Amino acid sequence: MAEREKLLEVKDLKVTFGSKRHPFTAVDGVSFDIYRGETFGLVGESGSGKTTIGRAIIRVNPVAGGTVTYNGQVISGKVSRAVDRQVIEQIQMIFQDPMASLNERAKVDYIVSEGLYNLHSHLSESERQEKVSRALSAVGLLPEFASRFPHEFSGGQRQRIGIARSLIMDPQFIIADEPISALDVSIRAQVLNLMSKLQKERGLTYLFIAHDLSVVRFISDRIGVIYRGKLMELAESEQLFAHPLHPYTKALLSAIPMPDPVGEREKKLLVYDPACHGYTEQDPPQWAEVEPGHFVWADRRELDKYRKALGQ
Amino acid sequence: MTNDNIILSFQDLDIRFTLRGQVLNAIRSVSLDVYRGESLAIVGESGSGKSVFTKSAMGLLDANGVIAGGHIWYGGRDLTTFTREKEWLTIRGKEIAMVMQDPMTSLNPLKTVGDQILEAVLLHQDLRGEAAKKAAVQALAAVGIDDPERRYKQYPHEFSGGMRQRVVIAAAVACRPKILICDEPTTALDVTIQAQILDLIKALQKKLDLTTIYITHDLGVVANVADRIAVMYAGDIVEVGRCEEVFYDPKHPYTWALLSSLPQLGVKGQDLYSIQGTPPNLFHEVLGDAFAPRNPQALNIDFVERPPFFEVSPTHKARTWLLDPRAPKVEPPEHIRHLRQKGGYPHG
Repeated sequence: MAEREKLLEVKDLKVTFGSKRHPFTAVDGVSFDIYRGETFGLVGESGSGKTTIGRAIIRVNPVAGGTVTYNGQVISGKVSRAVDRQVIEQIQMIFQDPMASLNERAKVDYIVSEGLYNLHSHLSESERQEKVSRALSAVGLLPEFASRFPHEFSGGQRQRIGIARSLIMDPQFIIADEPISALDVSIRAQVLNLMSKLQKERGLTYLFIAHDLSVVRFISDRIGVIYRGKLMELAESEQLFAHPLHPYTKALLSAIPMPDPVGEREKKLLVYDPACHGYTEQDPPQWAEVEPGHFVWADRRELDKYRKALGQ
Repeated sequence: MTNDNIILSFQDLDIRFTLRGQVLNAIRSVSLDVYRGESLAIVGESGSGKSVFTKSAMGLLDANGVIAGGHIWYGGRDLTTFTREKEWLTIRGKEIAMVMQDPMTSLNPLKTVGDQILEAVLLHQDLRGEAAKKAAVQALAAVGIDDPERRYKQYPHEFSGGMRQRVVIAAAVACRPKILICDEPTTALDVTIQAQILDLIKALQKKLDLTTIYITHDLGVVANVADRIAVMYAGDIVEVGRCEEVFYDPKHPYTWALLSSLPQLGVKGQDLYSIQGTPPNLFHEVLGDAFAPRNPQALNIDFVERPPFFEVSPTHKARTWLLDPRAPKVEPPEHIRHLRQKGGYPHG
């Protein structure tokens, strides 16, 4: 795996909210790499800090510690204007709720090209229109839709507009924050297919944030499981599904509803209790590699157990 | 099943909406029986009419909607004859209660959680004063909220999404209804919370002897909770059957399509199945099988004549010409044929 190029490197990322005196740590010591051209899934329940990580990468939330490196360049904390502009150009975001993330009072034309306006890209009007219609066709919408308002579209189409808006900047890296949670099952499939098609065509890299492991499995190459601001487990997605180690990952897996009535009735729902580890001062948990590419947050006793379970 | 077992019965129900002078046929002559004590799931895409259909049994249609034909029988009364709000109040809440989709918007942010449950208790149970308050606290405890005495005095914003949905359920159940309608009860929630809420509804159903109707767009969710499933498309029920029958032996192409598009069944590297086209425009009359234009294997007759219900088993019927003895044999897609074996991820 050494030949793969790291596009994004997150190291010991820490994000806090609230006042200096009473800080609330939303993300604590999270480290992961994202390779060029892959899809990295970030899974956790609401309040786990998964969205905050995405927002910290794109410089919306200031980081309290650690670094984010993009293309070999540190982009967290204080950076030069040029770097800031590079981040704005090359990293884009797709939001969760297409009903709320589009400006109701603006036409699609403006919504899609807002990024261009913000960057003062000095395009002529015809060039801009050309770009908008190309972005709209890329997501399977008609260029004529540019003159319409968001309320004229269905949820799935609105999410496509949201994707077009990020594509117009020709980004290399897209942070998709629960892009399909608010959509119907049948529309979900369309949007997921579109995202993988765009990835193949343009060599995009995705950070895919979701709470539903079943969706993430389908689209991600690797998955990180996050709980209360800490990464619990990270592995290739098939490996994570075949050999989940951390009890929280197992709980998440057991919560996936399966289209199989008999199996569902026999299934036992696992509930994760953070107290089940019994961590002690002498043996604090750490972020350790159990097998190549498979990381887990555990103490030494648990690591031995996990390694045994993997048959090593 | 004898007639005594039917608690709620829809007969040839037609619901129309008038929008900007045009008439929209939201529900097109739908019949469905709901049996006492069962849990029924109504599944369909957004806009298929599943919410409108169940709301009609509570008199909650929007002002521009009318029941244009058919009957809804409940307790020997035809609900479609109700004209005054007073009549509906004997049904709504008291007999049939509802849990709405989004717990962020279905609670009043200006009133404490306790007051909102107390309101249901005062209206529907013969209790006053301290006794009523005690019943409300008990209702909170019954839905798994810790420290109900303290939580009683808190406002909705002090609760998480899953906890709010528990409060909504507590308020609905405090009315002591016979039927509980859950309209996408978990769509706005996380997967882990979703499983807990479904478990809670299931437990309450057993404890309080409820009949539950789930409305959802996600077939994956209902496998665990439903006894029977009705699949709805474009204002019509296209397939009804017991849960196992619909999952293991689906007959209607639309049911196949819904099952196929579940991401749980996706194979990495391949496109997920997605249904082509869009649902029909219900402002126009729908000819034949409404799903035909989106069905690549549609027969010629599908475009001309609405298929009748063909019985697959006494409990399972589907509205598709494929079940006609003269129809060519069309098999469901390969990857939904073996759901039984596929079920269950390894959990260590």
